Amino acid sequence: MGKLLLTRRSFLSALGCSAAASPVIAPMAFASAPWDTRFVTIILRGAMDGLDVLRPIGDPHYNALRPTLNTGSLPLGGTGGFWALHPALATLMPMWDRGELGFAHATSTPYRDKRSHFDGQDLLEAGTGFDVGVGAVRDGWLNRMLQTVPGVEADTAFAIGRDDMLLLSGAAPVSNWSPGTRLDLSPQARRLLEMVYDEDPRYKAAVLEALDLTAAIDAAEAAPDDAGDMAMEAMMEGLNANQAHVQMADFAVDRLREDSRIAAFSLNGWDTHGNQQNQLPRALGALAEVLLLLRTGLGPIWQKTGVVVMTEFGRTAGENGTRGTDHGTGGLMIFAGGALKGGQVLGRWPGLAEADLYDRRDLMPTEDVRAYAARAMQGLFGVDETTLGGSIFPGLDFGGAPRFVL
Amino acid sequence: MPRLRPYIHPMSFDPEIAAIRFGYGLSPRLAAPESAAAMVAALSGPDTMARTYPIPTIMKFAPQVARIQALQKAKKEGDPTAEARLKAARKESRVVHSEMLAASVARAIESPDGLRERLTRFWADHFTVVGKGPLRLAPAAYVEDAIRPNVTARFADMLKAVVTHPMMLVYLDQVSSVGPGSQFAANRRAKGRSAGLNENLAREVLELHSLGVGGSYDQDDVRQLAELFAGLWANPHKGFTFLQRRGEPGAEEVLGKIYGAEKPRLADIMAALEDIAHHPDTAAHIARKLVVHFVADEPPEALVRHLTARFLDTGGDLMALYTALLEHPEGWVPLQKVKQPFGFTTSALRALGLSGGDIIALDGRAIGWAFTRPWRLMGQPWEQPNGPDGWPEEASHWLTPQGLAVRINWAMELGRLKQITRPDPRTLVEQALGGQAGERIRFAAKAAESVEEGVALVLASPDFQKR
Repeated sequence: MGKLLLTRRSFLSALGCSAAASPVIAPMAFASAPWDTRFVTIILRGAMDGLDVLRPIGDPHYNALRPTLNTGSLPLGGTGGFWALHPALATLMPMWDRGELGFAHATSTPYRDKRSHFDGQDLLEAGTGFDVGVGAVRDGWLNRMLQTVPGVEADTAFAIGRDDMLLLSGAAPVSNWSPGTRLDLSPQARRLLEMVYDEDPRYKAAVLEALDLTAAIDAAEAAPDDAGDMAMEAMMEGLNANQAHVQMADFAVDRLREDSRIAAFSLNGWDTHGNQQNQLPRALGALAEVLLLLRTGLGPIWQKTGVVVMTEFGRTAGENGTRGTDHGTGGLMIFAGGALKGGQVLGRWPGLAEADLYDRRDLMPTEDVRAYAARAMQGLFGVDETTLGGSIFPGLDFGGAPRFVL
Repeated sequence: MPRLRPYIHPMSFDPEIAAIRFGYGLSPRLAAPESAAAMVAALSGPDTMARTYPIPTIMKFAPQVARIQALQKAKKEGDPTAEARLKAARKESRVVHSEMLAASVARAIESPDGLRERLTRFWADHFTVVGKGPLRLAPAAYVEDAIRPNVTARFADMLKAVVTHPMMLVYLDQVSSVGPGSQFAANRRAKGRSAGLNENLAREVLELHSLGVGGSYDQDDVRQLAELFAGLWANPHKGFTFLQRRGEPGAEEVLGKIYGAEKPRLADIMAALEDIAHHPDTAAHIARKLVVHFVADEPPEALVRHLTARFLDTGGDLMALYTALLEHPEGWVPLQKVKQPFGFTTSALRALGLSGGDIIALDGRAIGWAFTRPWRLMGQPWEQPNGPDGWPEEASHWLTPQGLAVRINWAMELGRLKQITRPDPRTLVEQALGGQAGERIRFAAKAAESVEEGVALVLASPDFQKR
């Protein structure tokens, strides 16, 4: 029996690897992070309709393209009357006014033409060019960023939710967890479990992470509440705490207030082919709640936080025949946080005249969305441009994407 | 630690691998398949499970849906009794939903012909629908109507059944798509209402259901197919109907071939689907998907080529395709896929000797505790994948710390199901894994402090997660 029961360290060194298969090395409570700034990436799955979320009401072609979707617009101050917010984001208006919310329009990944959600999301998370081939790269850009930084611990970055996230997958240690998961085992069951899982590195890595994370999270949750918790709880009283997006935001807050510096998760419900006027507000409401929960829960840490919200592509410039929109190309990136220069709409506006559209149907992308993610990491973490355009986003052209970290 | 003879993998038919890879695992109550020929013969025979554990067809839902819609209307109009009746009607449809779930599990646990159950789930996932609106709880009925009867037919037959099923037409928005050049659209526009195409179904038919995203189609094909599809329509009361007045007048060119003429006709749509079903890219896409699902995340290319050729030779005859899968040595490589949550839980109960009847006897709370909740926590909420691409295949998706924690907990807490009589863990190793059990799990089964923990360890072990 003794021979089989490898300790965790001997297991790791036997594999001859350090980071890749060892999501948990140091006890979490003592982990120290390489930076003090926080970075949250939210992936919107299903292709958010950027033109409906941030409406170019000043474009002469907008109303004709969006005959039924153009109601209730909330003009954004300081944009010369050109931009307006979707009414379902009304609760975010104070964030815009404080300069903590901003947008980058006409963005896209290098993905073109087939307009498949699944390939589009893979490319967004892999962060490569379209020349590489979808699915060819099996790690995500946020993980590759972590690979360039010394001193990253397993709890530096958290992928939150039930689903595996390509964005954070890769050789750098990260944690994957879903709020509310428990694992209660007797000491003997735990020992035997570690033994049976020892035979396969894929299983072993996952189960050790599960065992360590449950212990660490239980300990953190047993800690006494402070003012931030109380503000958060007050806000959560008005929400349905069982909803996944509320749980994920709450969990991200808890981790980011401890030793974690990066959190990533995804929100669904953006594929609005029909009856968009009823569908989109649900998804936007959840996104608004998430951003407000992060702000409230993080308290003073919000000032050191940058949030970027990305989607795989935009939707058709015009409504389709069913008061919705079909898969398109150019889209919208949303950013928030006290560490970012909000209160502005970034990007070159390509216009909505038919001749200005991509394929005469979609918003023409004028900036690579990866350039904005790169600028955020440059400002928040000090990653240099060569690394950003090299190993993290291979072949990236920064184009006109400005620095937007304070 | 006992010394075991080195295990030599057969690379040809093996009853245990047959049961675990191509079914829902071993059971002390049911014999493992005797041969590949016997597996194919069982598939060709009667569908006994469908008769033993019936699931209603979609049209059986119609009266219920109509009643709920009428009550919703009455409530809106101020009928004071409507609310209570609506609540009761909704509860009733939740009961039916729970019964359909139980029947799906019972079939997996009880089936002597596990391949049919696995294929049904495979194709249901390939042609994923998520219930919307009044049909929210009806995906199992869709599987029963469009998928299960066609599991042994031709691929083209299943494609046509799916594309004309109300659930799919509603899920991928086809019901609201209208030919932009139709008189119907002109009339709508004259009244100030919008009418036109919705590309959703046409795109997914090409991208997911047939040629695959790497296939030789482009945006024009999507658009043209969407125009051709205009007129496909259904509602929950009447079922599927082709409404010519909503169709797009004129011919459409899809994948280089012209379909239709002035008047929109269902026959032209069927002709296009037939051609799409026989396309070489479709053959390659379906062959690869089957091999990835049943054999390995990184599929043996020789096996994929073997299935592709069989698909093309037989015009997409699915029985021939399954025979090709079972006859090839690469179909019998060592177990390596990770069971998805549905397969993990059902194979565990099957290995413990439960019967289909035991599952049918569970009340709604037990269904929730044993299946609905843990599946959600394991990352596979019942009938609710994220999108029309269904559940991911990759091991990395299922081998997450959070997902494994839930699997382990589920195995530890199984005692709450009073239908279970826990066997000696050493016996369970034999009846659940047989020769597929490694020495570690044999040791753990002996060394556990209690029967409960021993049983849980066997079911939570990597050996048992594999198929």
